[in-house]
Amino acid sequence: MRQEQNITQKIDWVTVGLYMAIVFMGWLNIFAVTYHQGENQSIFDLSLNSGRQLMFIVTSGILVAAILIIDRQFYETFAYIIYGFILFLLLLVPIIGKEVGGNKAWLGIGSFGVQPSEFAKFATVLVVAKFIGSIGFRMDNLRNQAVLFALIGAPMLLILLQKDYGTAMVFLVFLIVFYREGMSPFLILIGLGAAAIFILTLLVENTWILYIGIGVIWAVAILMNRRKKLKTMILITAGAIALVLMISSVDIVFNLLEDHHQRRIVSMLNPDSDPLGYGWNVTQSKIAIGSGGFFGKGFLEGTQTKFNFVPEQSTDFIFCTIGEEHGWIGSLFTIALFIALLLRVVFLAERQKNRFARVYGYSVACIFFFHFAVNIGMTVGLFPVIGIPLPFFSYGGSSLWGFTILLFIFLKLDAHRMQVLQRL
Amino acid sequence: MNEGRKEIIQLTFIVVGIIFLIKLFFIQVIDSKYRELADSNAILPKVDYPIRGLIYDRNGKLIVYNTPEFDLQIVKNEVKNLDTAAFCDVFSKTRQELKQLFKDLKAKREYSPVKPTVFISKLSELDFARIQDRIDEFPGFYIQARSTRAYRSKAMANALGYVSEISKQRLDKDDKGIYRQGDYIGQSGIEAFYEDSLRGRGGVRYLLRDVDGIVQGSFDGGKADVLAVPGKNLTTTVSIELQEYGEYLMEGKAGSIICIEPSSGEILAMVSGPSYDPTKLTGKNYSQNFALISNDTNKPLFNRPLMAQYRPGSIFKVAQAMVALQEKVITPETRVPCDRSIIGCHGPHSNEDLRGAITNSCNPYFHNVLRRMLNQGKSNNPFDDTRIGLAEWNRHITSFGFGKPLGIDLPNEKGGLMPSPAFYDRAYGGRPWKFSNIYSIAIGEGENLVVPLQMANFAATVANKGYYIIPHLVKSIGDSGKPLPQYLEKHYTTIDPENFAIAADAMEEVVRSGTGQFRASLKDIVVCGKTGSVQNDARTMRQARPDHSVFIAYAPKENPQIAVSVYVEFSGQGARAAASIASLMIEKYLYGETKRPHIEEYVKRGKFLD
Repeated sequence: MRQEQNITQKIDWVTVGLYMAIVFMGWLNIFAVTYHQGENQSIFDLSLNSGRQLMFIVTSGILVAAILIIDRQFYETFAYIIYGFILFLLLLVPIIGKEVGGNKAWLGIGSFGVQPSEFAKFATVLVVAKFIGSIGFRMDNLRNQAVLFALIGAPMLLILLQKDYGTAMVFLVFLIVFYREGMSPFLILIGLGAAAIFILTLLVENTWILYIGIGVIWAVAILMNRRKKLKTMILITAGAIALVLMISSVDIVFNLLEDHHQRRIVSMLNPDSDPLGYGWNVTQSKIAIGSGGFFGKGFLEGTQTKFNFVPEQSTDFIFCTIGEEHGWIGSLFTIALFIALLLRVVFLAERQKNRFARVYGYSVACIFFFHFAVNIGMTVGLFPVIGIPLPFFSYGGSSLWGFTILLFIFLKLDAHRMQVLQRL
Repeated sequence: MNEGRKEIIQLTFIVVGIIFLIKLFFIQVIDSKYRELADSNAILPKVDYPIRGLIYDRNGKLIVYNTPEFDLQIVKNEVKNLDTAAFCDVFSKTRQELKQLFKDLKAKREYSPVKPTVFISKLSELDFARIQDRIDEFPGFYIQARSTRAYRSKAMANALGYVSEISKQRLDKDDKGIYRQGDYIGQSGIEAFYEDSLRGRGGVRYLLRDVDGIVQGSFDGGKADVLAVPGKNLTTTVSIELQEYGEYLMEGKAGSIICIEPSSGEILAMVSGPSYDPTKLTGKNYSQNFALISNDTNKPLFNRPLMAQYRPGSIFKVAQAMVALQEKVITPETRVPCDRSIIGCHGPHSNEDLRGAITNSCNPYFHNVLRRMLNQGKSNNPFDDTRIGLAEWNRHITSFGFGKPLGIDLPNEKGGLMPSPAFYDRAYGGRPWKFSNIYSIAIGEGENLVVPLQMANFAATVANKGYYIIPHLVKSIGDSGKPLPQYLEKHYTTIDPENFAIAADAMEEVVRSGTGQFRASLKDIVVCGKTGSVQNDARTMRQARPDHSVFIAYAPKENPQIAVSVYVEFSGQGARAAASIASLMIEKYLYGETKRPHIEEYVKRGKFLD
């Protein structure tokens, strides 16, 4: 009982304040999207997204209370079980899931659907933290690394099967956590390089240019290798062959896709190529944000984020409403809130006494960061359109609950940081 | 272990945030492109053209009204996969024409790919009926309705004026922002003078569209909308029946007829010959017809009643007589021998008094009268004496409304010319001048100029025995029942009413027994008139041509109802063409019909010189 009395004193209120500010702003913006002039709508109306979001916020509060009451050891203890349960749900989705917006990612519970993929993040964070936090874990051990990749790879693959590419990509962000915990940065660089080549293959019309480029680089590398060491030469050649194979496989797979899928992927990477077709989303999103100017049009005064000019207005493109109605100043404020939250979580993670909690904290920060970066990046046209929500901001129960669980488990761990054995 | 990695991660977060803010600053603050795109994206401005005021005749007969007209507009960026074959079929265009239309579109000053721009203008109602059902097949094309002028009568074209799209020059001058490109504006006549009343106020409705172009309601709850206010209707002073009759009489002739109701200054008819068909300057063929009409060598767009300046001719003698009487340099009994050595004359008469001189239009008499007027012996120097006399003469003569525009409610009115001392100083370049240099003005020749409207006004002034109300064409603007305030005001001349009575008696005599007796006199009605023949000799024309036939009149003598001036160019003596037409107009107006087929036939035959 003593613990429970203390939780309100020990919890990090700065983070809670930032969380509440972001959730509240998100709620107001969801109302702004649904608001129609002259219809006398109420933000509390349950038939509107804003009313339902309020319900999700209230239930999040209940979740928070539950998380704070549940013993901190529960999460560490049951990490694998929770992870296994979520993987099971992910397996179920393609079989009994219902289709929403082209993706089969939902499990129906009564009239509400939930997306197991949203909770997969939380489960994966738990197992990764548990594994890295386990006694005798060493990052430089190849077996350990393989296990880590398997842990993030499994949910990623299952989510890819649901064609929810955006959520699947979130799991790549664990690489940053691994990096923090001592993994060689080269692994991250190789990952980034592979992604770059993948994108390049799709953007360059004639892949022969890439082959020739690789050939040239290979030749130069061989010639530069003055000492003619056989091992180096083999390595360079192997690298070149790997690149060629990768490009051609991407090329072949891409060409196997149907025409409209091809176009979708290309326009995802280069929205300007088709402003009225598949690039529409980004173009409209930029118009909406750009029309806000410095000070914005004012709360509820937006014209672009209503009437479906911008797709997924209250979920993936919610940031457009900020940009349009509150202008650059509003964007600055919103971005500052998110950065403050991220830095605060990293700060909290660094003060943890055990590795489990620290890895957990970093994972939370990185997942938030990935969502924040990709979501706002796509709305302003810096990233391809990948449909993932803005944490706490976008409309939707699953995502709000998922992010809330992620954050508050960490706050619970942080509140009890002094009680754990040092196990760094 | 892993020193500095925390910092790298934190830095990554901050850098990404900053990159976003920079990118946002570019698209939100620096680049205005998005704002413009947004406006055209969501808000569809729909121009609400006001209904232009209608124009009625004095008896409430509709003359000018509106008929719907449709423009096909295009929002270029919304046009997707245009089926050119179907488009050409629906709009009856060839592929070549369609190509040209797109070329023309891009050349338009107001062209914007994201805003509605006129693509095909002035579709008729018939076209519209056909197109309406199929317009949905062509996304990006919209139909904008507005109205154009239509006419119940083909008469009165010059007085009514025409309406057409506002010119670029006029648009540039519109600093109040009333007009937009493509708006209609009155270009001449009543349409131009009463533009502000007739126009009404254009409106704009801002509609919100969603991404599919479907209108979702009005923007900002309609708060930004401006509703169109229809223009005010005008009731003119014209009797369209009399007007049409006048135009019938003037067919094939150049000149003008003006009929005024003396007591009110209301213009009953104002004919300018040759005229044009006002319906030709509306609708689709406007440009083509306008070119034809404006290049016509007969100048049908030249509104003779107020733009053609003539020397007044003998009708001016009535005015001279009254000025002289007023100055007491003559009495009605003053007799002057018809000495034709200085100035020619016509008809058998020798030593007339004033009435006889007017009746016979005796030139030497009025030469003598003007000398008495100008040289009253107020100075011993004959030059100064003339100067004093002329100044006095000018004061009187301009009080009739001569020498300056009267101020009719039409644009482009000319004022004529009444010489003043300053005028002759300029004309003679500082060299001295005296009566013998300027006596031609005595008989309405020489330097003075009048427009036909001023002569009609003069006849009305005589009818009113001393005052006039500025002639005007509109008696009621909107529901006010009143004309503009300046058309209610009496303008008194410097001449006493008893002198007008003398002029009236003389003019009665002209019609009863003088130059006008054969064609101008009417049974049962006392007509007062004066003939005139404006010389077109080799001095003023490139070659000698027949005189202009001129006649002014009013009737009846007691309680006059109508005052008339008629000018028929190059038709000889005033007693012929002009007197006939004037008397027919009077007859038509007072009786509603004419009972002298031989006179009408004479006018229609048009052979006045034989």
